[in-house]
Amino acid sequence: MSELAKPSRRKLMLYAPLAVAGVAGLGFWAMLRGLGDGSFNPRGVPSALLGKNPPEFSLPGLDGVDLPPLASPDLRLFRKPVLVNFWASWCAPCIVEHPQLMALHRQGVPILGINYKDREPDARSFLARHGNPFARLGVDVPGRIAIDWGVYGVPETYVLDRHGVIRWRWAGPITPEVMTASVVPLLRSLENA
Amino acid sequence: MGRPLRLCALLLAASLPAMAQVATAPVAGRLPDPAAEARAREIGRELRCLVCQNQSIEDSEAELARDLRRIVREQVARGASDEEVVRFVHDRYGDFVLLRPPVRLATLLLWATPVLALLGGLFAIWRLRRRQPTAVAELTEAEQARLAERLASDRFGVLPPKGESAAQRTGEPRA
Repeated sequence: MSELAKPSRRKLMLYAPLAVAGVAGLGFWAMLRGLGDGSFNPRGVPSALLGKNPPEFSLPGLDGVDLPPLASPDLRLFRKPVLVNFWASWCAPCIVEHPQLMALHRQGVPILGINYKDREPDARSFLARHGNPFARLGVDVPGRIAIDWGVYGVPETYVLDRHGVIRWRWAGPITPEVMTASVVPLLRSLENA
Repeated sequence: MGRPLRLCALLLAASLPAMAQVATAPVAGRLPDPAAEARAREIGRELRCLVCQNQSIEDSEAELARDLRRIVREQVARGASDEEVVRFVHDRYGDFVLLRPPVRLATLLLWATPVLALLGGLFAIWRLRRRQPTAVAELTEAEQARLAERLASDRFGVLPPKGESAAQRTGEPRA
């Protein structure tokens, strides 16, 4: 090894770990930022149904609630983008996201609910207590339709365009951050499309 | 054997029949045909539980994993092939559900990483081995002379000063 090569090699040994640490720090910062504004979901799994129509289904409605049941043709009924929300009364994050669903409902966004593995009286009292944002509501007690959609937990929300094609999926509660970062811009772009 | 130990042994012995029963009793949701059950279990071990994310649906206690186990067994009982069952779940949950991801362009790096790491290691070894055999050059006459001079003058304090014994130097008492 020549005398000249030695110091530059030493410098490399010193700066290479520093550079690695710097890059790692940058990545960590990006992840934290994504967590903060709702664009990054560490447990998120990309939906296999993005860009596709969900499989055909027909679900019974919830007794005692004045809402029509839900079947696949209803997804195209509104001729505008719709939300499909899987929820349950036993699911605490569903309570967290409920005000955001109510806000979308007031803005005239059709929200189609699928009540997942719930007891009917519990589901009814949940809607009575927190409000009813849904335009239609299907009940999936065995959770089979949820599996057809690739649901792996509640709450889970899908945005479908006017043709009933799945454009977006969010696993977890729709927080106000997710609303402003994803849902609102997406609905606007789909409506203009 | 101490008292608590003896008690433990006694309790263990008493519980053995119960444990045995747990192991052999037909578990609800299992297929009656052992061959079909084994096949269903084999399929389930290849499918990731999306709730726990690091367990297969066979290992997971999550509700969704139980549902998926049931679906796998229904389809096996109906005579579906392994590929058909896996395709059913894969169509719904995507690549993430497969514990053994398929080889395609997007996953190529994933599959190639062990080979790349091995090649990188071999390259590093090859480079190190190539560099080593720079034989140590013999000292020139001038250098040898300088070395002898240094040793004689003991600039580094390595050699004992003249006329002193080793015992004196280390402070040992005289015999």
